[in-house]
Amino acid sequence: MSTVEELQQKITELEFQLSKALKQNVPRREKIGAMSSEVVDSNPYSRLMALKRMGIVNNYEKIRDFTVAVVGVGGVGSVTAEMLTRCGIGRLLLFDYDKVELANMNRLFFQPHQSGLSKVDAAAETLKNINPDVDILTFNYNITTVENFDHFTKILTTSSLTNGPVDLVLSCVDNFEARFAINTACNEFDLTWFESGVSENAVSGHIQFISPGETACFACAPPLIVASNIDEKTLKRDGVCAASLPTTMGIIAGFLVQNTLKCLLQFGQVSNYLGYNALNDFFPIMNLKPNPNCDDKNCQNRQLEVAARPKPEQAQEAFEDEGPVHESNEWGISLVEESKEEKECVSVADGLSFAYTLPGVPDKSLEHAKEASTTSDVSLEELMAQMKSI
Amino acid sequence: MVDESTRKTLSNIPLLRTKAGPRDKELWVERLKEEYQSLIKYVQNNKDADNDWFRLESNKEGTKWFGKCWFFHDQLKYEFDVEFDIPVTYPTTAPEIALPELDGKTAKMYRGGKICLSDHFKPLWARNVPKFGIGHAMALGLGPWLAVEIPDLIAKGVIHYKEKVENT
Ligand SMILES: [Zn+2]
Repeated sequence: MSTVEELQQKITELEFQLSKALKQNVPRREKIGAMSSEVVDSNPYSRLMALKRMGIVNNYEKIRDFTVAVVGVGGVGSVTAEMLTRCGIGRLLLFDYDKVELANMNRLFFQPHQSGLSKVDAAAETLKNINPDVDILTFNYNITTVENFDHFTKILTTSSLTNGPVDLVLSCVDNFEARFAINTACNEFDLTWFESGVSENAVSGHIQFISPGETACFACAPPLIVASNIDEKTLKRDGVCAASLPTTMGIIAGFLVQNTLKCLLQFGQVSNYLGYNALNDFFPIMNLKPNPNCDDKNCQNRQLEVAARPKPEQAQEAFEDEGPVHESNEWGISLVEESKEEKECVSVADGLSFAYTLPGVPDKSLEHAKEASTTSDVSLEELMAQMKSI
Repeated sequence: MVDESTRKTLSNIPLLRTKAGPRDKELWVERLKEEYQSLIKYVQNNKDADNDWFRLESNKEGTKWFGKCWFFHDQLKYEFDVEFDIPVTYPTTAPEIALPELDGKTAKMYRGGKICLSDHFKPLWARNVPKFGIGHAMALGLGPWLAVEIPDLIAKGVIHYKEKVENT
């Protein structure tokens, strides 16, 4: 009679053999040396290269030279990674410390049989199968902690296909701390990135293009929120942290990758800030200038560098344009530019507002609190011991 | 807006001065000393007010914190392990406090047992950088969370009272 452990061991072995056997029968596509526009049923790049023939993109095959880091491989990040993989991006770096769970199955990309695997490994396996031409590197850790952050910045600055900095960082994380960590890294090492997010009520989202010193960074102002027009009093948060919809996350991933392609392959206009309100299908867009008094010193340094740089000539556009490059909106939808008179108080587009305001004066609620007495003659060790002995 | 009880809680926790995170070598030591001084005072105030509800300690770099918090319900003491890392962007961003043993037991948590904070917490924290420290995160984040969630989890039978040898 076998023990439960022996039977479990047997199951694991059989599962492994079965998965191997199944893989042998599944057609796998081989690596492709150079992208061709030849239309044959075996060429996965023909429809992408058609963009070149149609004059949308001048240099589609250049996509193979680029390295993009996707930070956070959840509902938005996994779909983002899949889109970039199908587009034939050169190299993808995937960062996440989470595991796939059955509770994630309301989102796209991951499948039930992957539960328990790390998100980065599960994603890499699927993506390599979809397109073996993409070089995929995975990093299974939390970027916000002290022990990982330095490794994170080292990877971002040395992991392109030519061992230089990555071409673009895509933030697909779901929390403020991780966004701030990415912002800190990108300001410090002058990396261009996109921030993305879906609201906790799942019915709005946004993407934001951040080029350090040129556009507002994540620390320049409190985060923008897309007004959902839901009365705060009727919004019930009891019993749940966050809702999520595959639709909203898929739409935001689509916006993110679309603007990534425009940014890398230089076609169309990259939106500085693009919001999405799912309830009334409203898409506010706006430009955000960097804050000269930004809390992040590296943001200020990047702003000085940008100011010292000779102004780039505006080649394609016929009209004079003071703001950052990508501004015109041919569809005429809700474009609100910061007018010159309004520069003092930062204005935002209709349907957008700041998550909170920051006072220039100390918070009044604290007038009773005293400062911790900083007697420098007490050592940290003594304080630690004192804390332990309470 | 800060309500009266929050104001009262805040008045028990000394404010901090040094704006430094774990990547700022010497300044971080200064900040850590302020954190400890503030926490010691806060815990002492809690004890004096017969409202002692947590203990914390850290690794020697002050980047990883762990300890216990407890909550009284119907005269029974429920105790939980608390842990969190100090993020590289601290004190601009608050630490994410976690109660690992409750992970998966309530929807008011993120992965890893990180507690779900109220909409008021982040704006309040952001307005008070760098004056708020770990004590404030405990008082404004974990305290209200326990007060709302633990009675609910007990009522639902998700958590049970564990007999413990009291040695405090
Ligand atoms: Zn900034």
